[in-house]
Amino acid sequence: MSYVKSRFRHPEQKKNAVGFVKSDYEGALSTLCAGCGHDSISAAIVQACYELSIEPHRVAKLSGIGCSSKTPTYFLGNSHGFNSVHGRMPSITTGANLANRDLIYIGVSGDGDTASIGLGQFCHVMRRNLNMTYIVMNNGCYGLTKGQDSATADYGSVNKAGSENPFPAIDLAELAITLGATFVARSFSGDKTQLIPLLKAALSHRGFAFLDVISPCVTFNNNKGSTKSYDYVRQHIEATSALDFVPEAEEITVEYEEGSSTTVELHDGSLLALRKLSPGWDPTDRNAAMNQMDKAKREGKILTGLLYAETSSRDLHDVLATVDQPLNSLTQEKLCPGSAALEGINSSFR
Amino acid sequence: MNPTDITNPEYFHKVIDCQYACPAHTPVPEYIRLIAAGRYDDAYMINWESNVFPGVLGRTCDRPCEPACRRGRVDEEPVAICRLKRVAADNKGNVKARMPLPPVRKNGRKVCLIGGGPASLTVARDLAPLGYEIHLYDEWHKGGGMMRTQIPGFRLPESVLDEEVNYVLALGIHTHFNHYVSSLKEILEKDYDAVFIGTGAPKGRDLNLPGRKEAGDRVHIGVEFLANVAFGHKKTIGKRVIVLGGGNTAMDCCRTARRLGGQDVKVIVRSPFQDMKASPWEIEDAKAEGIPILNNMPPKEFVVEDGKLKGMIFSKVKAVYDEAGKRSLVPTGEPDEFIEADDVIIAVGQDNAFPWIERDLGIEFGKWDLPVINPISFQSTRPDVFFGGDAAFGPKNIITAVAHGHQAAISIHLYCSGQNVLDRPAPTVNLYQQKMGIHEWIYDSVVTEDDRYKVPHASLDVTLKDLRAEVELGFDRETAFREAQRCLNCDVQTVFTPDLCIECDACMDICPTSSITFTTNGDEDDLRSRLMAPANNRSQDLYVSRELPTSRVMVKDEDVCLHCGLCAERCPTSAWDMKKFLYSVTKTTKII
Repeated sequence: MSYVKSRFRHPEQKKNAVGFVKSDYEGALSTLCAGCGHDSISAAIVQACYELSIEPHRVAKLSGIGCSSKTPTYFLGNSHGFNSVHGRMPSITTGANLANRDLIYIGVSGDGDTASIGLGQFCHVMRRNLNMTYIVMNNGCYGLTKGQDSATADYGSVNKAGSENPFPAIDLAELAITLGATFVARSFSGDKTQLIPLLKAALSHRGFAFLDVISPCVTFNNNKGSTKSYDYVRQHIEATSALDFVPEAEEITVEYEEGSSTTVELHDGSLLALRKLSPGWDPTDRNAAMNQMDKAKREGKILTGLLYAETSSRDLHDVLATVDQPLNSLTQEKLCPGSAALEGINSSFR
Repeated sequence: MNPTDITNPEYFHKVIDCQYACPAHTPVPEYIRLIAAGRYDDAYMINWESNVFPGVLGRTCDRPCEPACRRGRVDEEPVAICRLKRVAADNKGNVKARMPLPPVRKNGRKVCLIGGGPASLTVARDLAPLGYEIHLYDEWHKGGGMMRTQIPGFRLPESVLDEEVNYVLALGIHTHFNHYVSSLKEILEKDYDAVFIGTGAPKGRDLNLPGRKEAGDRVHIGVEFLANVAFGHKKTIGKRVIVLGGGNTAMDCCRTARRLGGQDVKVIVRSPFQDMKASPWEIEDAKAEGIPILNNMPPKEFVVEDGKLKGMIFSKVKAVYDEAGKRSLVPTGEPDEFIEADDVIIAVGQDNAFPWIERDLGIEFGKWDLPVINPISFQSTRPDVFFGGDAAFGPKNIITAVAHGHQAAISIHLYCSGQNVLDRPAPTVNLYQQKMGIHEWIYDSVVTEDDRYKVPHASLDVTLKDLRAEVELGFDRETAFREAQRCLNCDVQTVFTPDLCIECDACMDICPTSSITFTTNGDEDDLRSRLMAPANNRSQDLYVSRELPTSRVMVKDEDVCLHCGLCAERCPTSAWDMKKFLYSVTKTTKII
């Protein structure tokens, strides 16, 4: 038995702006099934963080339970990590974010972890607009327990055992827009040219960024009749737009035809340049986004790309008016100013 | 780019850098794995089939395989291929039983071989089992040619050479030793069906400088000096010795001089160090024996006083390169330097010489008075006369001579059977599936990170006193195993079947060296610029698939692939598979 990834890398690996090579963003060797879409998403996260020149120690990756929730081990091996309880990743992230607002939070979850056991937590973290990137690796089945239909399995989708799903699916992207998520996108693990810019935009967005990534389960849900197989997704995918992520300091070099393009400016000054593929669609218009998604669904298509973005929102820290400094860097004196200060506060209420 | 044609045997052959670089195309990774498995006899026989002198070459080869080794591009140093070969030779058991026997019934053809060196012996090895009656002529009392006369005993023990020469002679070769052929005409008048000339490049160059004549017998020609030492004719040398020249012969001369009593031995080269022709490891070994190498000093004259050599005068130069990269040595203006010496050895090159070939025999001679030879068949302009080794295209090395010998043997066999000598046999190739189960392969797919192991040397106290005490001691079995594990198994090929690919990108994501990319097709320059990692090594091919359903192609840059098999392990559909590609140059006689 041998399953070891060599530490030899390409001798001409380039360093990014903060002096790291791409392999500095890798994690341990994946133990997921060969060909799992989740591994592709992990690779896309590695690529996005490398290209954004994020220092690994500035990232915290959190997850719940499931195949998807194992993946934080397989990327950003030099970052902070917390593998939490099933469906409880949003609470842990909320706590972490309140204690240290300076980190970049990546939450990784699956369709079971988010749409079933963790649905309540998912709703509330969006409602609060927590500053994080929430990635659902969505394969429409419970891969870790041998492929039962999950809550995101499409109505009529055939599982590996041959039975059709009799229940309608929860559309997580629709739910996210409804409940006030401020950045909502959908993508496909097999399309990195779309997924990487979306990840970079999500990581640069301030507020709650939600990415629903369809990620085929090669072992239990890649059969004929499944609506989450590589083949089916490739045949039914429709992108809202082709997109380019343009970092703050750079100019847009891609030229688009007049009227066919739009840009979304992100909090840090970077831009997401979009070449629209569906006419009449506006990523900043919530109703238009919902209509487009509904239309695609009726046509049996899977709409991907940036669906909705609201870039001037107030995140949880703004709403709670917390201090600018991370709580974990405040001194004892500041956090616990003493009985005299308490007396002062109490007397102010008298 | 067009899809790569992997049915062309040369495509995967080229991926095996070591084997491709070897003039004889010895299947290096195959025998290295056998050494790791402790199967020394099998490893030896693979070598013997391909290069005839594994024990000799395991000590003395010029190792074109090592600079080519893929490991050298991802790690600091290549695999010690040459010294692993020696391990097979040192640890083998009785391999004689596996070697062919001379047939009782001869085929009625007689072939004459002139010169008893590696090229001729290879022709003999390849032809004798087919029933040819082989007659071998050599001026010395034993076979081996320059392996015997030019390689000092402290690098190659006589017993090793004798053993491997005798394996060939035991095939019923008729030897005519102590027989210097002074006329090819006389040979051709005998009833040989074909004649092979493997007489090497025996003439050492002299330097016609002022004082050369007066210096007399204190000035030696390198190749003659080494031969005289090898045969015990020369046993002592002066205390101060200058060796002129920067090739491997110069390195052997200086080290030999150290052992004959030279205490202050210097190598002096006319050009900069980096232009020295000697192999780096030979230079290193000479330096380790306390021999300084002085560079940028062309010799000017021999200084002789009262009929006795006092030393030499050298001028001082520096190398200047013009725009085309052409070098010229220009004086620095510093004063000339006098260096004392009791003896001077001139090792500045050697030439082919054929004073014994009459020019009216139908053998055409061309540039530099060298015979005109077909580079594929090794046939001269006279159809029954063939050349090989240094005699064919000038001084190279043993392994090249062996490669020539194999090809000349094929030509002689074709010629004697009345066939066209340019109808060359195709190589023998085989692809073997390597998968055994989940995460299990027949070969050791894990890439070790060990640095190259050093071959232990005997102490200088011993070796400098004894001309025949071998300096290198060879790897022990344990170290040999570790060094063998450094081999990347480049013959285990990554074979891609586009029909099975579902484009999940798993191979691209896992590849440690970012060698695999799925992208839209383009011309080669364009593709090389768009891959996951820079593909700047143009000597290495891109493996391109046909177009896949998403209109992309799979492009693999062969350059730094570790052959670790992770692409195949992460492939859910076995579109990637690891298959061992065994490429063998076809010989006249099948040995294994």
